[in-house]
Amino acid sequence: MSQEYAPGTHPSLPPPRGTTGPIHWLKENLFSSPTNTIVTLVIIYLFAQILPPMVDWFFSDATFVGENRKACTTDGACWAFVGDRFNLFIYGFYPAEERWRVNLTGILLVIALAAVLWDRMPARKQMFIYALAFPFIATWLLTGGAGLEPVGTDKFGGLTLTLVVGITGIVISLPLGVLLALGRQSSLPIIKYFSIGFIEFIRGVPLITLLFVASTMLSYFLPPGSSFDLLLRVLIMVTLFASAYMAEVIRGGLQALPKGQLEAAESLGLNYAQAMRFIILPQALKISIPGIVNTFIGLYKDTTLVIIIGLLDPLGIGRASVAHPDWLGLSSEVYMFVAVFFFISCFSMSRYSLYLENKLHTGHNR
Amino acid sequence: MKLINKVFTGLAMTAMAAGVAQASTLEDVKAAGELKCVVSTGVAGFAAPNADGVWEGFDVDFCRAVAAAVLHDANAVKFVPTTGKTRFTTLASGEGDILFRNTTETLSRDVDLKLTFLPVNYYDGQGFLVPASLGVTSAVELDGASVCIQTGTTTELNLADFFRTNNISYEPVAIETNEEGLTNYVAGRCDVYTTDVSGLAATRSKLDNPADHVVLPDVISKEPLGGAVRHGDDQWADIGKWVVNALIAAEEMGVNSKNVKNLASSAEGKLPAINRLTGAEGEMGAMLGLSSDWAVQAISAVGNYGEIFERNIGVNTPVGLSRGVNAQWKDGGILYAAPIR
Amino acid sequence: MSTTSYNSNPILRAWYDKETRSVIVQVIAMAIILAFFAYVINNAVINMANLGKDISFSFLWQPASYDINQTLIEYSSRSSHFDAMIVGLINTLLIAAAGIVLSTIVGFILGVMRLSNNWLTQKIAYVYIEFVRNVPVLLHILLIHGFIIYSLPRPKQAINMGDTFFLNNRGLQMPSADFQPLFWAVTATFVIGLSFAIWYRRYAKKLQDTTGKISPVWTISFIAVIVAPLAIYFLLGSPIEWDVPALKGFNFKGGMVIRPEFIALWLALSLYTAAFIGENVRAGIMAVSHGQTEAAHALGVSSSRTLRLVVIPQALRVIIPPLNSQYLNLTKNSSLAIAIGYMDVVATIGGISLNQTGREMECMLIVMAIYLILSLLISAVMNWFNDRIRLVER
Repeated sequence: MSQEYAPGTHPSLPPPRGTTGPIHWLKENLFSSPTNTIVTLVIIYLFAQILPPMVDWFFSDATFVGENRKACTTDGACWAFVGDRFNLFIYGFYPAEERWRVNLTGILLVIALAAVLWDRMPARKQMFIYALAFPFIATWLLTGGAGLEPVGTDKFGGLTLTLVVGITGIVISLPLGVLLALGRQSSLPIIKYFSIGFIEFIRGVPLITLLFVASTMLSYFLPPGSSFDLLLRVLIMVTLFASAYMAEVIRGGLQALPKGQLEAAESLGLNYAQAMRFIILPQALKISIPGIVNTFIGLYKDTTLVIIIGLLDPLGIGRASVAHPDWLGLSSEVYMFVAVFFFISCFSMSRYSLYLENKLHTGHNR
Repeated sequence: MKLINKVFTGLAMTAMAAGVAQASTLEDVKAAGELKCVVSTGVAGFAAPNADGVWEGFDVDFCRAVAAAVLHDANAVKFVPTTGKTRFTTLASGEGDILFRNTTETLSRDVDLKLTFLPVNYYDGQGFLVPASLGVTSAVELDGASVCIQTGTTTELNLADFFRTNNISYEPVAIETNEEGLTNYVAGRCDVYTTDVSGLAATRSKLDNPADHVVLPDVISKEPLGGAVRHGDDQWADIGKWVVNALIAAEEMGVNSKNVKNLASSAEGKLPAINRLTGAEGEMGAMLGLSSDWAVQAISAVGNYGEIFERNIGVNTPVGLSRGVNAQWKDGGILYAAPIR
Repeated sequence: MSTTSYNSNPILRAWYDKETRSVIVQVIAMAIILAFFAYVINNAVINMANLGKDISFSFLWQPASYDINQTLIEYSSRSSHFDAMIVGLINTLLIAAAGIVLSTIVGFILGVMRLSNNWLTQKIAYVYIEFVRNVPVLLHILLIHGFIIYSLPRPKQAINMGDTFFLNNRGLQMPSADFQPLFWAVTATFVIGLSFAIWYRRYAKKLQDTTGKISPVWTISFIAVIVAPLAIYFLLGSPIEWDVPALKGFNFKGGMVIRPEFIALWLALSLYTAAFIGENVRAGIMAVSHGQTEAAHALGVSSSRTLRLVVIPQALRVIIPPLNSQYLNLTKNSSLAIAIGYMDVVATIGGISLNQTGREMECMLIVMAIYLILSLLISAVMNWFNDRIRLVER
């Protein structure tokens, strides 16, 4: 029995049988050809072999609480050290009675990050000013002075150290990188060749050699008798290092812009600074976002290298922990723990970059 | 051209002025109100932060003694942890004022690295730590073994010489820090761990079952360990030298942290040598540029040599070292402090 | 208008003139740069004079007095610091070369897996890439090294593979070859076979260009380069003596060994870099429009030849430039060897030598110069390769 429909009112028919649903999905994605079927079966077999022991090691057989290694009697991982050393992982050697300052800085940091990264933040203008002031507030809170008990930077360690090095490097290397990139594109030969020389030198040597220079030789190049903080020297080197990479990423963005953009800006009577500020950089930076975030992630990961010159980031704390008699020989657990920590932070950064890329993806798709 | 010359001369002058201004380490330390002391990143019993992050150990106590003598405050010390590799550059660059980091005095370090060594505070020698299960009784039986060595020390040089002299082969595994050496040794990457005997005792004390590991009787080198300062500031070197001497002499004379205040209170009826040590007689402190009670400050803060030794590395500590050659010369050792007079 | 007002001021007039302005800016920039360097160098000279140090490279010819475990050239503790540097440099080159090869292979496999039409394969590659990329390379090195030294058995319980290969936590022990005099014949066959293969390849290409006939280049090359030397080798009665390792005392004696430090560093650097290369490869293949494949198929070109002759050459143009910087990163990251005690150039001249001689300025200069030269070399090779495969526009 067929029913009459006015044109346009016929309800959508279900798709033909076998083109939707889990069965079809399986067929299409896992068993589309004999080779595919074999590959799928082999992978499933391997999973069945590898996964259960791994889960056992990580969770089922693992020990989560304990005073020392003796508490870990099971076959699995011994996560008890994480609880035992938790404060060290977070605060390093920061004095116990002053740790509230680190916590407060952390909370302020979250607010500042939210102001910068989240565009529906209420009162964003004012919050932006706050975000600009944040580095100074944080420096004061962490190192003390002016009413607070001074804390030497040699007390910094663990997550606190990673965040201090990572965020300082990220914040300062971006403007420096922009300057270097513009310098490299400059028509003034001296500035151009200086920028090229600087960028290529920094990119040509490993970071640990620069850190080593910072830790032992930088004082040769300072006025006799002056010496400044090891952490500060490390920050300078890390920032310079990141800015050279940043410069190359931004140069890529600048080169991707058609020359017509600059010519159009100039023909409108904008001077160099205005053209860069309003026309070139906004577009170039937008194109470079994935690269910039990758550089950030790289910088953040590189903070682990500070252990080579004796600063103790989470990895350094972890290594020191496994050398302690209580936790001797737990290196796999420590490294796994630190790896998961870095994975979470870096992965979230790369997700944010994807989100930003999509959000800013305007106008170029016609 | 002239202008540039002037600018340069000006810069050089300021730089020189600054250089002259910092020539006195004593002034710098007093102005800063703290002593920057170069120590190791962690050798049990010698220098290591405890669970509260407070530095403790044999070397650390010498730092504290110097701080007490100079600043009258044994806690006015900033400890600069260094690896074997970074210690001398740290001292040379002015990041440390004085170094107490189980450091062997050698000619090239003294002359070429521009250090001035303080009196020896621990006579050591390089030895080998092996698992007892290997059944090795002498180092010459180690043919073909994998040996973990901490780099940046005299250890790798001694080791190379030892195996070469005895014409036996080995596989050196160079590692950066003591912790890492321990990890490699425990994992069985190496059959043998080598460093100074004191360090081996400290390392052994950290192991699960210290009884399962033995320190071989062979001592393959002389390692007189002592503090050091930069070349060129004799006043500062003198201070370091005499603080160490005072601590050793104090033990010899029976002056310790408990009786030193008492002994210093009056010069009446005491041995002249004790009076000179406590500052009750003579101008020893003033000659060094310190207050007259410099030695009293040092001894009351950390005790005499014997107290420092027993507290940190003596037989009743986990490290468990006996005095051996580090006993006073009167007791058959070779500790022999120059007289304070 | 304001024209008159600023024209009247000679300084402003000069400033608004582009030429003059650029000269002024550059002179100022030059002055600042020069002043900075002069200041810094001046400081260094004064500081070193205060410490009584000088700059001299003569220490390089003093005996190094320390031993190195992995030496590919003759070296003993009596050799000079310069020799120690060369040993370290060779170890760096070895790890860089081995790492580049393995990371490229794994990277390409990952890139292809990411585009597989099998959902599981795709996701495995995705999870692998995301996990590996977001964890610092130093951690990978330590993790793998820790895994090797803790999980593999000790020499006495070594995993025995046919009495010739032994795997334990001191490394992989394997036989080393001792070439007999007759071996030259095998080498000669190989060289002749290789030359023949190259000639045949050219000939086959010419033949294809003129007649369209496709010759079995791969089979013939394989026979000439591999099968023929092997045949000669066995005909001459295997003129290689194998030095097989055997457990003796503490360790294996004889043969050669790949140390756990090398394995850990090599695997960590390769697997880490491979994750980045995998993403580059994926991007490169995606950049080749599907129309290219379809057009090739329409012309009757087989699937494998389409991949080899159409897709890969075009994808390579996108892949090569980022590949260059990945290779550079891998080489520079090899300096992290110091964390696990692999004796590379940073650990020898920049580590033990530096420390024994106290010549930190000279040693760091040498290390930096070596890395700069290596970077330039790798870039030069990659640029040459890039030029070769670049689209030739007519």
